[in-house]
Amino acid sequence: MIDRRTFVTALAATAAIVAAVPARASEEPIRIGEMNSYTRLPAFTLPYRNGWELALEEVNAAGGVLDRQIEVISKDDGGEPGTAVTMANDLLAREKVSLIFGTLLSNVGLALADFAKQKQIPFIAAEPLTDTIAWSQGNAYTFRLRPGTYVQAAMLAEEAAKLPAKRWAVVAPNYEYGKSAVEAFKTLLSAKRPDVEWVGEQWPALFKIDAGATVQALARTNPDAIYNVTFGADLIKFVREGKLRGLFEGRQVASILGGEPDWIDPLKDEAPEGWIVTGYPWYALETPEHVKFREAYQKRFNDYPRLGSVVGYAAMKTIAAAITKAGSTEPKAITAALRGLTLDSPLGRITYRAADQQSTMGTFVGRLTVKDGMPRMVDWRYGDGAQYLPSEAEAAKMRPAE
Amino acid sequence: MSFYAVQFLTGLASASSLFLVASGLSIIFGVSRVVNFAHGSFYMLGAYIAYSLTLRLGGGAFGFWGAIGLAAVAVGLIGVLMEMALLRRLYRSPELFQLVATFGVVLVVQDLALATWGPDDLLGPRAPGLSGAVSILGHRVPEYDLALIVIGPVVLVILWLLLNRTRWGILVRAATQDPEMAGALGINQKWLLTGVFFLGSLLAGLGGALQLPREPANLLMDMGIIAEAFVVVVIGGMGSIGGAFLAAVVIGELQAFGILIFPEITLVLLFLVMAVVLVIRPWGLLGKPEAIIPKAAARDVGRPFRPLKAAWRWAGLGLLGLLVALPATAGDYALQVASEVLIFTLFAASLHFLMGIGGMISFGHAAYLGFGAYGSALAVHHLGAPMEAALIAAPLLAGMGGLVFGWFCVRLSGVYLAMLTLAFAQIAWSGVFQWYDFTGGDNGLIGIWPAPWAAGAAGYYYLTLMLTVAALWVLKRAVFSPFGFALRAGRDSRLRAEALGIDVRRVQWLAFALSGAAAGLAGGLYAFLKGSVFPTVMAIPVSVDGLVMVLLGGVHTVLGPLIGAVAFTGLKIGIAAETHFWRILLGGLILATVLAFPKGIAGFLKDKLMRPER
Repeated sequence: MIDRRTFVTALAATAAIVAAVPARASEEPIRIGEMNSYTRLPAFTLPYRNGWELALEEVNAAGGVLDRQIEVISKDDGGEPGTAVTMANDLLAREKVSLIFGTLLSNVGLALADFAKQKQIPFIAAEPLTDTIAWSQGNAYTFRLRPGTYVQAAMLAEEAAKLPAKRWAVVAPNYEYGKSAVEAFKTLLSAKRPDVEWVGEQWPALFKIDAGATVQALARTNPDAIYNVTFGADLIKFVREGKLRGLFEGRQVASILGGEPDWIDPLKDEAPEGWIVTGYPWYALETPEHVKFREAYQKRFNDYPRLGSVVGYAAMKTIAAAITKAGSTEPKAITAALRGLTLDSPLGRITYRAADQQSTMGTFVGRLTVKDGMPRMVDWRYGDGAQYLPSEAEAAKMRPAE
Repeated sequence: MSFYAVQFLTGLASASSLFLVASGLSIIFGVSRVVNFAHGSFYMLGAYIAYSLTLRLGGGAFGFWGAIGLAAVAVGLIGVLMEMALLRRLYRSPELFQLVATFGVVLVVQDLALATWGPDDLLGPRAPGLSGAVSILGHRVPEYDLALIVIGPVVLVILWLLLNRTRWGILVRAATQDPEMAGALGINQKWLLTGVFFLGSLLAGLGGALQLPREPANLLMDMGIIAEAFVVVVIGGMGSIGGAFLAAVVIGELQAFGILIFPEITLVLLFLVMAVVLVIRPWGLLGKPEAIIPKAAARDVGRPFRPLKAAWRWAGLGLLGLLVALPATAGDYALQVASEVLIFTLFAASLHFLMGIGGMISFGHAAYLGFGAYGSALAVHHLGAPMEAALIAAPLLAGMGGLVFGWFCVRLSGVYLAMLTLAFAQIAWSGVFQWYDFTGGDNGLIGIWPAPWAAGAAGYYYLTLMLTVAALWVLKRAVFSPFGFALRAGRDSRLRAEALGIDVRRVQWLAFALSGAAAGLAGGLYAFLKGSVFPTVMAIPVSVDGLVMVLLGGVHTVLGPLIGAVAFTGLKIGIAAETHFWRILLGGLILATVLAFPKGIAGFLKDKLMRPER
């Protein structure tokens, strides 16, 4: 799709339009490196790419930053940390970029974070959910945009604590994200509700769930409520089998990311109603900044935005704001500018906290329902990341000494 | 009690869908000996095509079952296309070479499916009339599961009748048991093979299409099913349809009941079962022991290796000189890519030592790369070892891994041996993946950077070049040493070698250790090149990459793996850096290469350039 050449062509076209208005884009463009798992997980990453492309076009149409256009060189990491490092070397040594952003998979994000530390170049980890990237393995050059596992689990645990349910079972994919999403939820819910009992656990291999057997095994523990971490095709299989076998009848379900259109929309009218989910109600969020974003996105791509689109868009806006604030394209200056940077995203104002370089972007929590044949969140509210993250002092303590 | 009965039914339903895919793979492998990686792609295409057809044909029972049947036939025809356009030209190639071609097909299909059906998971309709659940012993069981439980055995019976009660089936079995004799009796094997591919691919497509009510059509289906299907085929016994069914039931039930006791076992259960079965029954549950000298292997051994002539030695030295001079002209990125190419050259050479010299195919060679990488990373992470010491730890740990795995593997031969290496590799992988406190789990170990003197691109390149060339030299010496001759003797004629007093198993065992250590050194270098180690370094795709390098280059030449590694790694990095559509381009290039050089690149060069020296 967008390789470097088509991108440059698109850029040239944009530049031509811009030239007609203020005619200042004479200098060399600012080069930015980007990377994501475009071939391995396209369902989430292609909407993400649309997001940053939209923001890039807006920034460049407005004259760019520091009177220069921005050029993005985009790579595919293929879902492999090793490939990601090769590509990052390419971006740095051959393409001479000032900054790298992107990544979805936690291990790819961690590999690049360490690369950024070694090469002293700013890296915006747009989408990885693992909190180690901000805390236990955080470093001075890595900034994380999306709210991590802890914040998502904290919002769900807050809602789950209000339920009468005492016996909880969990189902999660058997890898780091699944493990830490379960651990955070268990700790937070047990703290709020010491009477809660954890009666069962299922750990299907990622994208290889044996849904019928897993549903049966969960039902056997006879829980009052279930905490679900599966996503993608696993989630769809789990929901279908669970509904057929009556697993969800008379039981509450809390499902992390379950309201993100990226993962739930393939279920269409079979989406499980009544689940408590974190997600993104793009159809109902009517704040001026979001309406502006949604309309621009729909006009540009003839499609509705997914959560990935918001993250991609906000990542590119972050970069423009950071370079403007830094007044330079030097990696050191951009890194300094990113610390404590505040900007407006489609979800409201966000700040990259100086202590742990985690943005305060939040997420939405609500209940799932089906409307006009599509999954929709109702009774939702926005939880600002600032309210759910550990305090900056606590977060700083979790990070390794510089 | 009722719970266990229902769980048993659930296991049977999973077994049925697994059996459909595996039976197709088993039939294809049994007759053509092609290790068909594209079988998983056919399964995925079955689901996607069925999805599109259900949209066209409407929601009724006719529309649904019609779509399933048509999708299966369509996929069967795609299989025929692959056989006629591609594999038919490669039957005279070295053993396993067709694997490279099917790997190219996998890459091409991945991008085509993404372009055709888009990135989103596509949820198909439920089966009309079977969309609910029935109550059995107080538990609800989906009606569609019951249908699958019936469909599996029905397909088994149809296949049995087809293979045992029709003329075509008799011919197929004749060709399975003794292809040359069947050919001598005037059987047109060309069309027989085409028919076998039609049937096998149709079964894969049917398996995928029947998943539609249970699973959305998605782009990860191909890789998700292929390893499982191979495991079922091997546990059941290669080419045995009944065995495949039995194995599918065993796997399905163990899965269904295993998660009740130990939920984390899902990651590795399949491979544990396979390892146990192969150690106890080396040819699978219902398979027959292979002939002592597999015909295919005996046929294409080729001429013995000879040391290179003087002119070629000078050419090699010249190339080395160029490599030494490279940092003078190349930039940092080019040097990093060159280091990676060198590392994979060593990896491919170590695999070739096992395959080409030892005659033992390894489907799990990434394990040793991983042992090396983790050996280094763990030494740095837990012991604070300097780079130099960590690079010694790499081949040591991997060599020990080779000794342990090899001890079991050398008791088998052929594809069974290959599958046991795969099983061990997956068990090692899942250990690394789940042992969070020690290995960091799937979040890996980071901060594994080279010592300051080798931190620059040029410095690390020289370190890599030095160690790689030294290790290659050791491997080459081993090939032409008495040990290497003994190993080749065991490969070419086990009986004669043993009659001469060579302890073939022992020699092969040591070959495992040497090959593992060489791959381990490559792994250690890889860890410091990347600065981090993750379980992906020892996952199946890396093993497949290694196989493709060796086979693409030419397994029956000494230089083949080196050429294959340079071509494959260089192309992969070069193409992926330029476009997101790298899979279709790389796949296409692989297909073009195998068609142009059906004996591998080095095999081709050898035929063209060295003929006068014969």
